[in-house]
Amino acid sequence: MIGLMILLVYVAVFVASFFLVRFLVRRTTTDFTARKTVTFGDESAVVSDRFASAISVITIFLIWGSFTGSAWIPKFLHAPAPFVGDTSFTYTLEAPDGTRDDATVYVRVTGYGQELINPEVDPGDGFAKNDGVAVGASRTATILFDANDAVTRKDGAKVVAIDGAAIEEGTSLSTSTGRFALTDKGAISFTPPRGLQMEPIWLPAPEAVASRLVEIAKDGYRGSSLWQHLGYSLLRVVAGFLFGAILGIPLGYAMGLSNWFRGWFEPIVEFMRPVPPLALIPLVIIWFGIGETGKIILLFLASLWIMAIAARAGVSGVNITKVHAAYSLGASKLQILRHVIVPNSLPEIFTGARVAMGVCWGTVVAAELVAASEGAGMMIMVASKFQLTDIVLMGIILIGLIGFGIDILMRRAERWLVPWKGRS
Amino acid sequence: MSGLSIENISMRFDLPNGKSVQALKNVSLHLNEGELLSVLGPSGCGKTTLLNIVAGFLAPTEGRVVMNGHAVTGPDAERGMVFQQGALFEWMNVRENVSFGPRMRGQRERTWGSHVDHLLDVTGLRDFKDKAIFELSGGMQQRVALARCLANDPDVILMDEPLGALDALTREKMQGLVLKLWKETGKTIILITHSVEEALLLGERLLVMAPRPGRIHKEYRLPFAEMGVGGDLRRVKKADGYASTREEILAMIWDMEEEIMGRVEQVQ
Ligand SMILES: Nc1ncnc2c1ncn2[C@@H]1O[C@H](COP(=O)(O)OP(=O)(O)OP(=O)(O)O)[C@@H](O)[C@H]1O
Ligand SMILES: [Mg+2]
Repeated sequence: MIGLMILLVYVAVFVASFFLVRFLVRRTTTDFTARKTVTFGDESAVVSDRFASAISVITIFLIWGSFTGSAWIPKFLHAPAPFVGDTSFTYTLEAPDGTRDDATVYVRVTGYGQELINPEVDPGDGFAKNDGVAVGASRTATILFDANDAVTRKDGAKVVAIDGAAIEEGTSLSTSTGRFALTDKGAISFTPPRGLQMEPIWLPAPEAVASRLVEIAKDGYRGSSLWQHLGYSLLRVVAGFLFGAILGIPLGYAMGLSNWFRGWFEPIVEFMRPVPPLALIPLVIIWFGIGETGKIILLFLASLWIMAIAARAGVSGVNITKVHAAYSLGASKLQILRHVIVPNSLPEIFTGARVAMGVCWGTVVAAELVAASEGAGMMIMVASKFQLTDIVLMGIILIGLIGFGIDILMRRAERWLVPWKGRS
Repeated sequence: MSGLSIENISMRFDLPNGKSVQALKNVSLHLNEGELLSVLGPSGCGKTTLLNIVAGFLAPTEGRVVMNGHAVTGPDAERGMVFQQGALFEWMNVRENVSFGPRMRGQRERTWGSHVDHLLDVTGLRDFKDKAIFELSGGMQQRVALARCLANDPDVILMDEPLGALDALTREKMQGLVLKLWKETGKTIILITHSVEEALLLGERLLVMAPRPGRIHKEYRLPFAEMGVGGDLRRVKKADGYASTREEILAMIWDMEEEIMGRVEQVQ
């Protein structure tokens, strides 16, 4: 239900901001692309709309805050909050002899994570006595209303109405006070209005995640500081990727340059390529245990095939006229490799490296989920066992940000090392 | 024996479907040092194949190429090649491209620097020597390719439609440049072209090839290249014999093309 609501809000914001930006923002870009009349189908003319990106990020943040009742965003943007505070309702008890008596139940609805304390109430007169119960927000309380009544359910008494509205066993009733139902045994179950917000155990508010981040950055988690956790994951990725690249790139070149190497390694590479690295985790744990060796070998394997295939594709992408030209200019085979094939394959290698880095980063987190004593994946796995959703969320955000950061760095390096990419 | 000898070359391509294409049949030719030869012929008559054999990229099924007394077995710096396009190294700037040959032979900049800079001057690339290849126009790129070939100081320069992708005006300028460099350096040059005018202007000797199988159809010795050196190419075009030779060759190639078309119709 809430999920559908969120989706609807999201789509609405998407559409509304599209038209708003369209009408409100005057494009003043005067570069060449702005003069192109054909943009649909011309990929080079499609640029990421800065407004859309900004609104997209803000929207996600706002929806997150709105549906968690975040203190960081203004109240009027909040989704209806669950009821918290004191409320009451009356029930009408009918004794077996047909006489009726009303009694009031005072309910104290406490906020998430707060202690439940039953309110003190004056029992009142009549055979049905007033009750005081406490219940957590959004929770359902089963009220054994007759514990203090003079005539109980055992005696044959039963509830016939709540706040004057008739009710019987197995039926339910919703009023502005909340939702009522009678259980099979005749007890009243009461749920105060739930609102539309998520419980923190499912989705904590942004500030809860932020304060967790501050706390863990200061005090660490499970014996290691936050930086150690992240550093371990990063180090494993970098080590595994480097080993994979150091072996994979020459392997790919060899496969692109020699019949024998291609014949020898093609079956292996083609076989290993579709095996997802995650499927290797159990084997790697059996062989190498849960220590660093196993993890680095896993990441090495994850990047090896990707880099080998990228390097091979790089060699096959070399324009034969360039190779012919180099030979006619007197270059040796080694010089052709060094001055023609390697530079010409750099764009492919970089594409491969970006893919490999992404796969490695995902694989290391998964491997740490399975077994590790430190690392980003271990952090969120342990936290999830204790239902510390804020730590889980913090971990996921950090993992995403770091992965994104790695990719940006790789793209920077690519633009610096391969300035001619896509321009010849 | 000096010069370049093409001795009775035949080339057959065996196709994967079991058929084969006779691209060249019994082609023989001798070029003396410093001769300028242009090659004309309808599309598919084996010009590129012939040039690739001379360059050493392809081994002929029969016959051999002899260069300065030794048989050609593979590409070598003595036979430089200028391609139509796409042969420059984008990861090097203009000067690095031009000096590629000497650098690969391990020479120091002291050795090649002045020669390369001279070639950059001659080809009008002096102001662009630090530019990236993708920043140059097509004509400039072809001048880089020419300078790169010359910087390597080959005995023979092979050109496969080097000016084919250029506009008419740039092309005329480049034709003048080729003539000038030919005279100055005294290189042996084989130039393949689709343009009859270009073949007339840039051919001391002119070869017309015929297709199916690819062979030499007719050879001319022409005065126009000599006349064009250092002069006005457009005036050469008004010289005696130019127009009539052009018409003769055009008619010849036209007939061959028509013959091909006719055969295609018979097949259908
Ligand atoms: N690698 C190859 N495999 C099979 N056939 C080939 C191959 N290369 C060339 N041929 C055939 O050889 C013949 C001559 O080709 P070539 O490229 O030498 O012609 P060309 O005279 O250079 O043509 P154009 O003027 O169009 O460049 C053609 O019929 C072509 O189909
Ligand atoms: Mg050709």
